[in-house]
Amino acid sequence: MHNKQMTAALSGLNRRDFLGAAGGLVVSVAGVGLPRATFAAMAVGSTKPALAADELDSWVAILPDGRVEAYYGKVDLGQSLEVAIGQIVAEELDVAYAKVRVVMGNTANSMNQGGASSALGIQAGAKPLRNAAAEARRILLDLAAHKLDVPVGRLSVNDGVVSVAGDASKTVSYAELMGGKFFNSKVEWNQKIGNPLEIKVQAKVKSPQDYKVVGQSIARKDVAWKVFGTQGNIADVRVPGMLHARVIRTPVAGSVAEQVDLNSISHIPGARVVHEKNFLAVVADKEWDAVKAARDLKVTWSASTRPLPEFAKLHDHIRQAPTVKLDESESRGDVAGAFKTAARTVQAQYLWPFQSHASMGPASAVAHVKPDGVTLWTGTQKPHYARDGVANLLKVPADSVHAIWVLGPGSYGRNDAGDAAMDAAMLSKLTGRPVRVQGMRHDGTAWDPKAPASVHRARAAIDANGKITGYDFTSRAFSRATIESNESDPRDSLVGMEMGLPPKGGVTFGTPEESYGFANKRLAWEVIPDLIASASPMRTSHMRDPVGLQIQFASEQFIDELAYATGTDPVAFRIENAKEPRDQAVLQAAADKAGWQIRGNAPRDRTGAMLKGRGIAYARRAGTIVAVVAEIEVDRKTGRIWGRKFTVAHDCGLIVNPQGLRYTIEGALVQALSRTLFEEVQFAPDKVISVDWNTYPILSLKDAPEVVDVVLINHPQAPSTGAGEATCRVVPAAVANAFYDATGVRLRQAPMTPERVLAVLA
Amino acid sequence: MSVTPFTVDGKKVKIDSDPQMPLLYALRDDLKMNNPKFGCGLAQCGACTVHLDGQAVRSCVLPVSAVKGKKVTTLAGLGTPEKPHPIQVAFVEEQVPQCGHCINGWIMTSAAYLKQNPQASDAQIREALQGLKCRCGTHVSILRAIKRAQTQMA
Repeated sequence: MHNKQMTAALSGLNRRDFLGAAGGLVVSVAGVGLPRATFAAMAVGSTKPALAADELDSWVAILPDGRVEAYYGKVDLGQSLEVAIGQIVAEELDVAYAKVRVVMGNTANSMNQGGASSALGIQAGAKPLRNAAAEARRILLDLAAHKLDVPVGRLSVNDGVVSVAGDASKTVSYAELMGGKFFNSKVEWNQKIGNPLEIKVQAKVKSPQDYKVVGQSIARKDVAWKVFGTQGNIADVRVPGMLHARVIRTPVAGSVAEQVDLNSISHIPGARVVHEKNFLAVVADKEWDAVKAARDLKVTWSASTRPLPEFAKLHDHIRQAPTVKLDESESRGDVAGAFKTAARTVQAQYLWPFQSHASMGPASAVAHVKPDGVTLWTGTQKPHYARDGVANLLKVPADSVHAIWVLGPGSYGRNDAGDAAMDAAMLSKLTGRPVRVQGMRHDGTAWDPKAPASVHRARAAIDANGKITGYDFTSRAFSRATIESNESDPRDSLVGMEMGLPPKGGVTFGTPEESYGFANKRLAWEVIPDLIASASPMRTSHMRDPVGLQIQFASEQFIDELAYATGTDPVAFRIENAKEPRDQAVLQAAADKAGWQIRGNAPRDRTGAMLKGRGIAYARRAGTIVAVVAEIEVDRKTGRIWGRKFTVAHDCGLIVNPQGLRYTIEGALVQALSRTLFEEVQFAPDKVISVDWNTYPILSLKDAPEVVDVVLINHPQAPSTGAGEATCRVVPAAVANAFYDATGVRLRQAPMTPERVLAVLA
Repeated sequence: MSVTPFTVDGKKVKIDSDPQMPLLYALRDDLKMNNPKFGCGLAQCGACTVHLDGQAVRSCVLPVSAVKGKKVTTLAGLGTPEKPHPIQVAFVEEQVPQCGHCINGWIMTSAAYLKQNPQASDAQIREALQGLKCRCGTHVSILRAIKRAQTQMA
């Protein structure tokens, strides 16, 4: 610890705590030559310092009985993150995993680590917890050294019990040393919040070769309560005296409520209308009264300006709209020159639709706005940012808002949960009562922020030897985030816009992530304007693996086209051109596990009613590398595609929990398969047509794969990278490439519905 | 308004409500039960499924007046951690739910289905349960769990 920090650690100390906790050491403080570490140990007290990133107590606590709490500023949405964080903390502290409880997403006791975000739960989110746990262990060993009167070097720890080498009589537990007290010890904070938040500590973290808990498959804690229903989720939060609310949003795109006929709900005595500027809702003591009132309320909506394109002309619109921004993320060599001298060129375009989060249940939230503060129960992925958003919406200090995260009905990005929280806060303010907001199905499907539609143009130059000499890939699309995913700015919320705030807007997209070493290569994106300026049902934001499916559906299908164009096996072509050894290993592992056969020039048997094919695709995502082999069946008569078998090879560095990782990959794969085959937001010029599961179909059990084989490639010496999203982006092209193998025809538009299949096979 | 007496998980209850109010709101709002979930309100997803005299029904579209004098069983009545239904055991062993919002529907529907069709084939199960939704993509582990339960119930 630096002197400055040491002073800080001691200056906040309450004298009684100081003596009470470490009175026996006071004399030695005056002495010189005391090991530096002792100062930290001496600060131990019974008062918990205020929540701050540079306080060790804000990250980890030893409870009176020796159990451990870890305070995590992200949340687990059912993909084992809670377990993995617990494993990492248990590992560094040398306690049994069962002793650790991970406390998540409560703004009263955890720092803003950005919430669930970009599959960074371990990659970024575990870092402060790992360091804090190691630092806690270091201090505990200092305390033990004093208590047992031996040097720290002679101590070892087993499940929270410190013992002395060569003297079995001397032991002391964490509970005896520290239980129920607080470290009062500073750590070095990088002054950042959200994903980049990091802390530095004196302690050294363990080397991966010493891991005993990390790397084990440990079952999740949240499975049993979900299966037995012994705990609720966000939909089950009930506060005494609360009103039930339904927010009413226009079925007519871009219009506002001109007249509201209050008499139209007079037959529901318990219900009333809340109408403030363009924000319209009904509230009632009984939920059914709110539902009925929302159904029966007569509203005259302003005429639609028909702001959406014809559904069938969506991609023409994308091609023809003005460009708001062009970004050339990667450009090397002389791309234009390569095309001038090419022996031949290959080019293609790929189309992706708007897609909806369509969470399993529409979002709900409960807010209670009181004169002395606000309490918010929210299912958002990012409760700390939701707290900031509510504070900004209501114009109250952020520290007067307490956000409590409660697991939501699915999430996978910025779904409708963010708006539900803001709606509840506004309604509680306007009614003076605690308010529970829940959407109806159409709120979750028609009104969630969408994943953007896109057109992708790819072309390649090939020389006389069949070598790729030029590669040019451009995505042209709606922005991936016309509203930000983090919810801290009310300009990104529907109620904010309805109350008159100007939309903030965001202009960004992305490029393929791979390591293809083509000499002359350009990767670019172009973003076009939003369709509706404010409070739009077609506003875009992040949906699991934002723009990863769109981009890689195109880029990895195009790579496949190049393999065929150059007479190369699709696996071999990728391994030859992907320059990173880890990428090559992942491709090989997937091909080996799937029993990939090189087809050569032997023609496929395409005579039967059921066509079979296999295809491969691969991608990187923020350090993680995934390859997928899809084996599909195409019913020539009905046009139905069945993704029968998938083989995934997955490299995300050090694996913390293999079993949890497998389930995460499997879920990501099936969800991406649903988006590949079924999902498309339908609309007309004046309205969104996809409002429920009939108008926005997703994969059913009938369409589930028969086999998902997962090959986990562990790199203990490489830092863990994300696992929640990378698989998603590889699935669409793997299926499309298998479709080509099966049929000899390319289907370059998603979703690959029976209608489109029949059209290309005709 | 009218009073509807019925039984929920073995307990007698009376709901004083609009007779057209769906059973789901009686269970969730009047009785403060958590397990039947609101997913769509349109009988399109199954999250609200309960057993009505042993049959799986979608409580989000069933008027409360229709259950007068009948026996309603919810997930909590199907099994408990101490006395679990084999389907629940299998769903825990296969670590099925991710967000978990759909899981009530899968367990209640498959429990009723397997009771009638204990020997159902993979294809029959896929067909019979295709009206349920899961957004997290846990379908493959759902199939594993149902097959595991079948062997335990055999």
